Amino acid sequence: MTESNQATIQAILTELKDKKGALLPILHAVQNALSYIPPESIPEIAQALNLSRAEVHGVISFYHYFRDTPAGKHTVRVCRAESCLAMDGRALETHVKETLGVEYHETTPDGLFSLEAVYCLGNCACSPAVQIDNDVHGRVSPQGFDEIIAELGASV
Amino acid sequence: MSITVYVPCDSSAVSLGANRVANAITQEAQKRGIDIHLVRNGSRGMYWLEPMVEVATSNGRIAFGPVQTSDVASLFDADFLHGGEHTLSLGLTEALPYFQKQQRLTFARVGITDPVSVEDYIAHEGYRGLKNALALSQADVVKHVTDSGLRGRGGAAFPTGIKWNTVLNTPAEQKYIICNADEGDSGTFSDRMIMEGDPLVLIEGMTIAGLAVGATQGYIYLRIEYPHAYDILNTAIANAYALGYLGDNIQGSGRGFHLEVRQGAGAYVCGEETSLMESLEGKRGLVRFKPPLPAISGLFGQPTVVNNVISLASVPIILDKGGEFYRDFGMGRSRGTLPLQLAGNLKYPGLVELAFGATLREVLYDFGGGSATGRPIRSVQVGGPLGAYLPESQFDTPLDYEAFTEIWAVLGHGGIVAFDDSVDMAEMAKYSMEFCAEESCGKCTPCRIGSTRGYEVMTEVVNKRNLDKNIPLLRSLCDTMLNGSLCALGGMTPYPVLSALNHFPEDFGVSAEHRAA
Repeated sequence: MTESNQATIQAILTELKDKKGALLPILHAVQNALSYIPPESIPEIAQALNLSRAEVHGVISFYHYFRDTPAGKHTVRVCRAESCLAMDGRALETHVKETLGVEYHETTPDGLFSLEAVYCLGNCACSPAVQIDNDVHGRVSPQGFDEIIAELGASV
Repeated sequence: MSITVYVPCDSSAVSLGANRVANAITQEAQKRGIDIHLVRNGSRGMYWLEPMVEVATSNGRIAFGPVQTSDVASLFDADFLHGGEHTLSLGLTEALPYFQKQQRLTFARVGITDPVSVEDYIAHEGYRGLKNALALSQADVVKHVTDSGLRGRGGAAFPTGIKWNTVLNTPAEQKYIICNADEGDSGTFSDRMIMEGDPLVLIEGMTIAGLAVGATQGYIYLRIEYPHAYDILNTAIANAYALGYLGDNIQGSGRGFHLEVRQGAGAYVCGEETSLMESLEGKRGLVRFKPPLPAISGLFGQPTVVNNVISLASVPIILDKGGEFYRDFGMGRSRGTLPLQLAGNLKYPGLVELAFGATLREVLYDFGGGSATGRPIRSVQVGGPLGAYLPESQFDTPLDYEAFTEIWAVLGHGGIVAFDDSVDMAEMAKYSMEFCAEESCGKCTPCRIGSTRGYEVMTEVVNKRNLDKNIPLLRSLCDTMLNGSLCALGGMTPYPVLSALNHFPEDFGVSAEHRAA
């Protein structure tokens, strides 16, 4: 682990470790800061909370949102739930995978986009929906997706 | 005097460009030297009109929509700030039939106020319920909720008053109020709309719950997929603290209540209350055995009220106007209103709050306007991913908990997802099994193994292989999941699967004779 990552994690642990039920807030803070939870940080987190490493690893692996590898610059989450399926979400899903050239849980070779599946973004009145980083996009056509991606790709 | 313009900050409106429209309006007004006061309100819930811009006039608020940035200059040209005519003019917002035909109790303020302004909240009848609650005994507050007939709006429909009463009567040093804001059910977004559009009604509801049962700490367990709601809730909570509506001494009463938002991490099962509490405690979201009930031994082993967002957000109006006022809406044992969420393939999707008792057909056609694609609606899933699929022959069922139970369906959280006739129901059944396998917490065997085996069997069925063997196998598997699972995830996945099979056997390559008795 780099020294700066180490310092970030220490600062997060100092700030949050005394909260009740602190593990999820800590993992969120780490992932927010570093884009992932480095496996080598697990012993430190475990020690701060008086947990076993297995317990911390178990929590990280249980939740779909937490990742143990660095995320791409942008994370694309495609909704796979029923409302989006009712509005041709399957076609959009196929298009997104083809356009980015990756499957779910993969990152494009240029490190620009990570692709994840999500089960409902609460945008069901504007299906199909895609979330890119924190921004939700509604009624996304394959062409609309290309435009959003082009805009993000161009801003690198 | 400046003119007030409203552009929603609701994330669905934003997903259609509301932020860009808000910026364009601000810039255009500056360019033209016009003084406007821009308010980022919640959404009125008419999503086919979003981004919907409203202007305050002496006659009331006038709506324009759907507005794109390219429309902004022409709106100014048409003097929309004074209600000028434009092709996007919709007239008075509250005269729009979709809005006018509703009975908005829980959503009374959504889309109207500035969501994070305590002053605006109070100016629109906010915090009246809390004021009443502070003057009542704890038992009387609980009695109002019991009398209202309010049942858990998260899906299980358990009477809220009974839950509160159990916590009230269980002595403990520390009790908790948890708001279940893990709105994972696909096709639902009413919780999100409240949290983004009127978070203070939820905060007030939780505060009343805390006072009623003697809990001084509340947690809102919010799904990670709602980052906008997270920001808005935190701002509203900070504002409530600043004005003495949260903290150690609420409005000088000497009684305290503290509130914190905690984020989930993308696990559907954490919407199950015991799994949610495990998660809040910092553990894997494994479902707990019941008993003990959370009301007796919940979060950190303490008596805990766990209620859905809509249940808690319905409490302030009950305490303001009395349990009887609320109970007078609805039918049978389903009292009050239910915010329905119209989603999927509908022409006019959105939020429709109605008293219980309207039929599904009324909602689908009178409000929803039929399918968006113009093709016939073939199937409707009500109540989220664990809800049954209903065929057209059941569209006259009234929206009422018991009426849905009678047809082996659930009303759940009020999500309604419509599919047109291009849907393949066997594919949907396969998807339900896949979803269950993906989201199972793994604690109980029927759900953990059953869903994976179910996905495999459905893959066979979709490929029309060995149907004589596989259809009975699927039924047997569903029977095991239904009766043997620890929680609703495994226990209710058979609802969409079997309802699809029973109502649409042709999609499974079998005839109606394969229906279960």
